[in-house]
Amino acid sequence: MTLSDLHRDDWARFTPRQRMQRYAMFLLGALAVGWALGSIDVIWAWVWDAPVQMGDLFGRMIPPDPTNLDTILWVLWETVNIATIATAFAVLISLPVAYLAAQNTTPNRATLWLGRFILVSSRSINTIIWALLFVAIFGPGIVAGIVAIMFRSIGFIGKLLGEAIEEIDKRPVEALEATGASRFKIIAYAIVPQVMPTFWAVSILRWDINLRESTVLGLVGAGGIGIILQGAIDTFNWPEAATVLLAILVLVILGEIVSAFLRRRIL
Amino acid sequence: MSTARDTWHRPPFIANPILRWAVYLGVGVYVLWTIATLPIDWARVAEGLERAQRIFGGAFPPSFARSGLLIDGFLESLKIAILATFGGVLLSIPIAFMAARNISPLPIYYLGRALIIIARSFHPVIVAIIFVKAVGFGPFAGVLTLVVYSIGFVAKMLAERIEEIDFGQVEAMRAAGAPYLSTLFYAIFPQIMPRQIGLTIYQLDSNLRASAVVGIVGAGGIGSTLANAFGRYDYDFALAITMVIVGVILVSEAVSGQIRKRI
Amino acid sequence: MGPAGTGRVRNREIQMLKITELVKRYGSGDPVLKNLNLTIEGESVVSIIGSSGAGKSTLLRCINRLVEPSSGSIVLNGTELTKLRGRELRAARRKIGMVFQGFNLVDRLTVMENVQSGRLGYISTWAAVMRRYPKEDIRRAYELMERVGIAHYADKRADELSGGERQRVGVVRALMQKPEILLADEPTASLDPKTSEQIMGLLRDLAGELKLPVLINIHNVAEAKEYTDRIVGMRYGRIIFDDLPEKLDQDAMDKIYSGSPAADRAGTPGEMREAS
Ligand SMILES: Nc1ncnc2c1ncn2[C@@H]1O[C@H](COP(=O)(O)OP(=O)(O)O)[C@@H](O)[C@H]1O
Ligand SMILES: [Mg+2]
Repeated sequence: MTLSDLHRDDWARFTPRQRMQRYAMFLLGALAVGWALGSIDVIWAWVWDAPVQMGDLFGRMIPPDPTNLDTILWVLWETVNIATIATAFAVLISLPVAYLAAQNTTPNRATLWLGRFILVSSRSINTIIWALLFVAIFGPGIVAGIVAIMFRSIGFIGKLLGEAIEEIDKRPVEALEATGASRFKIIAYAIVPQVMPTFWAVSILRWDINLRESTVLGLVGAGGIGIILQGAIDTFNWPEAATVLLAILVLVILGEIVSAFLRRRIL
Repeated sequence: MSTARDTWHRPPFIANPILRWAVYLGVGVYVLWTIATLPIDWARVAEGLERAQRIFGGAFPPSFARSGLLIDGFLESLKIAILATFGGVLLSIPIAFMAARNISPLPIYYLGRALIIIARSFHPVIVAIIFVKAVGFGPFAGVLTLVVYSIGFVAKMLAERIEEIDFGQVEAMRAAGAPYLSTLFYAIFPQIMPRQIGLTIYQLDSNLRASAVVGIVGAGGIGSTLANAFGRYDYDFALAITMVIVGVILVSEAVSGQIRKRI
Repeated sequence: MGPAGTGRVRNREIQMLKITELVKRYGSGDPVLKNLNLTIEGESVVSIIGSSGAGKSTLLRCINRLVEPSSGSIVLNGTELTKLRGRELRAARRKIGMVFQGFNLVDRLTVMENVQSGRLGYISTWAAVMRRYPKEDIRRAYELMERVGIAHYADKRADELSGGERQRVGVVRALMQKPEILLADEPTASLDPKTSEQIMGLLRDLAGELKLPVLINIHNVAEAKEYTDRIVGMRYGRIIFDDLPEKLDQDAMDKIYSGSPAADRAGTPGEMREAS
């Protein structure tokens, strides 16, 4: 095989129409980038200066300062608790929501739309925006953070769970209907076991995501490690900020290891 | 048939009873303890409900009076998302090659993986406050943040794709005496291209979402508009912005899903 | 305790299913069942044959109302089934066991849980959710499982079993209902020939032991002739043959199957095909 063979082989994969589509897409992409570059509101002098500024900043982070390490670790633990408790509550609440939002279990049209409405509003508002709202309501602190993460997670878990319910094998359901079992028992015996794997997988996945999310709640006053990070940055205490960042890195990596372990163990 | 058994227990998930009860007990204690020690100030919560009423009262009806500001904010978010996707995808390609076990020598592989892990581990909001400190408030910090965010996802997925490629073509090229870069262009790129386009569109959608968030800590875009409105107790404007964000996210999700289905 | 003791002793009146003028149409199309009449009395094993699309499954499913009949009447031991709703319908369904072609087990539950799901109509919700089954149900389950040879699998997950074993679980689940009639919709179509014969033999024997009428949809004419007492032939939603197996001659076969693809006649005994 020679180079030109390969070359021709490649392009033979695309019909002229597809090729036109591709060119059009690239052109569109280029135009979009051009438009954005040309009109974005930045001070270009700052942009050229950025590498120096970044270097300077990282320079000031070294060496990280561990004097407050015990406080940092304690607050990190609190962060884990926020993520865990919020995930647990979100999982419990998302069960009935998923039930409403799945076409094959929802009692009627109205409940279907109610379920979908809950999922969409929960999902499309970011945790931080939820946190802004709940800090305004509950005041700064961990409670606002937990509620914010919960509100965002319900949509995520509920949506995936609802899809899992819609995709179940309907034949066992039919078999239990034929035995004269009630609706609730059919759910308990034919639907729940089938969505269990998804349930665990989604819960673990969301816990892992929430661990990350809970590290930033503090920036809007909703508890967790973010508060310390914000404090260190505001006082230009970069060595301590570096310690916090390292702690977060370790936390997130540990979280991934734990969730990988749980996934293997449970699924 | 004489064995008339009349008891049955579902096989437990954890066979060892000591371990099983230890796990149950541990989980129970943990949950009770964390909930019990939550610093809930009920007076504050009761007051908060009043406040919630005020917020929601102030938020209805949503006000689109300053829609000029809203549109500007959105256009800025869009620009941030486009530039960050462009930069992020561009940077992701070399990083993905570094992080592909079948192409890179070990030290480079570890470097590539480390970059990806770091980019993935930090929430964009954290990355954003650091960039805001380094390069100042505004959309540029937002672009840098989302470039990092894009690398975390795109480079990871791309590296996995590269690890799955069909090596026959690469070897054919090498056998033909093609130089390294030509091999790259003619044997590997065509194989990862379709995935790359899908990932790019997906990432553009993600970046648009994320840009609404990083703005809250000062990195430009609609998020900044929202944070300002919230800070000035303009709850009706904040609700309008939130509604528009939700709408745009839904549209963008649908569009990106459609496009990815087509290709 | 002998196998016969596993069933409820029925010394009351004879079991009877009476279907009259049954019509079923899906949507607005032609009816799939056209004024169908069928009576099944006593503890006979009846097979329904016919090419695919003839309406066999629809007929069976109308009986336990997995499919809603459009008109007509179905009476099981004095109860008119077509008018029942809600709780009454569920109560009537408990009396009708059903075995499916695809077994329709819950894969991730144990064999015992699958078997006990046949009793869900009888036990409390709490007992169902907590898996606290009544002692006599567990005893009966073990006896039936022993009878069909799967008792040692009680704690295994259903998806760990082979096809034949899974169908045995399906049969036991249906029998756990203490049904007054057993319906089987192509119970052997997903099984290899040997297992298929075993399941058919089992159904026939259980019908005798439990004094239970059994209605089997079946593709395989040879098995129908060997294992059942009466054969009903369906074509285009009508019953066009209803007699003893030995009366099913080539002529009748042609009427039931003519014009349908040869595949539909899978299992037709060789000599019959040669005779034509
Ligand atoms: N749920 C349904 N909706 C519409 N048509 C159906 C449905 N189920 C079966 N049918 C049609 O009814 C006819 C009889 O089907 P069925 O009872 O399954 O036949 P058999 O079991 O003898 O193969 C077929 O033409 C089939 O296409
Ligand atoms: Mg059928």
